[in-house]
Amino acid sequence: MMHVGLEHYLVVSAALFCLGILGVVMRRNLLVMYMGLELMLNAANLTLVAFSRFNNHLNGQIMVFFIITVAAAEVAVGLALIVALYRKRQTAHVEDLTSMKL
Amino acid sequence: MQDILFYILAALALGFGFLTVANPFSRNPVTSAMFLVLTMGALAGLFVLLHAFFIAAVQILVYAGAVMVLFLFVIMLLNLKDEERRKFNAFGIGAGFIAVGAIAALLVKTIWFSGIGENKTPSLEGSTVTLGRELFTKYLLPFELISVLLLVAMVGVILLSKKDLK
Repeated sequence: MMHVGLEHYLVVSAALFCLGILGVVMRRNLLVMYMGLELMLNAANLTLVAFSRFNNHLNGQIMVFFIITVAAAEVAVGLALIVALYRKRQTAHVEDLTSMKL
Repeated sequence: MQDILFYILAALALGFGFLTVANPFSRNPVTSAMFLVLTMGALAGLFVLLHAFFIAAVQILVYAGAVMVLFLFVIMLLNLKDEERRKFNAFGIGAGFIAVGAIAALLVKTIWFSGIGENKTPSLEGSTVTLGRELFTKYLLPFELISVLLLVAMVGVILLSKKDLK
C-alpha cells in the first residue's frame, strides 16, 4: 500500500467531481441534478483542504468555509426556484421544461 | 493506520457518490438524497484525516444537516415519484459517459504525472483557533460580505415562494 500523499486526495476529488458531472448529465430530475452540483462543490472543497494541508497554508480552509456558505445560499435559492417552477408547471422533469428551446 | 482509514473513507465516499447519481436499484430522489448524506459524512471523515477539524464539523452541520434537510423537505413537498424513464436516449447517455470518462482520464493523468505532491509532507494543523483568528482579521471583509449574501438569499427565497409572484 502506498503512502498517502497529496495526489491520492486529488484523485479522489477528481473522481468525485466526475461523478457529480455524471449526475448532472445523466439524471433528468431537477433535484437529483442539483445533488450532482453539490457533489461537485464538495469535490472542490476536498481539493482545497488537501492543498491547504500539504502547502502549510490556511487560506484553502478559509476558502472552503466561504464555499460552504455560498453553497448553502445557492441551495436555498435554487430549491425555491424549483418549488416555484413546480407550482407553475407541475413537474420537476427537465424534458418537460423546454419552452425556452428554439 | 491513517493510510488505511484514508482508503476506507475514500472508497466509501466514491461508492456512496456513485449510488447518489446512478443507483441501479432505485430511481427515487429520496434514496439519492440519503446516499448524498452518507457521501458528505465520508468527506467529513476525509477532512478529519486532513486535520481540518472545523471544516469537518461545518460539513456535517451545514451540508449533512441543513442542506440535505432542505433537499428532503423539497422532495417531500413536491411529492416526487420515481423518476420514470421516458424514451431511453441511448445516444445521449453514451455521449455523456464518454465525455465524463474523458474528463476523468484527463484529470487523473494530469494529477498523477505532474509530480504535484513531491517533497510535500502534511504539515498544517488547521486548528479552530487559528482559523477563526484568520477569519476575523485578514478575511473580515469577505466574512461580512458573506453575511450580506445570506441575507440577500433569504429575501430572494421569501420572494420566490410567495403565492402570487408579481
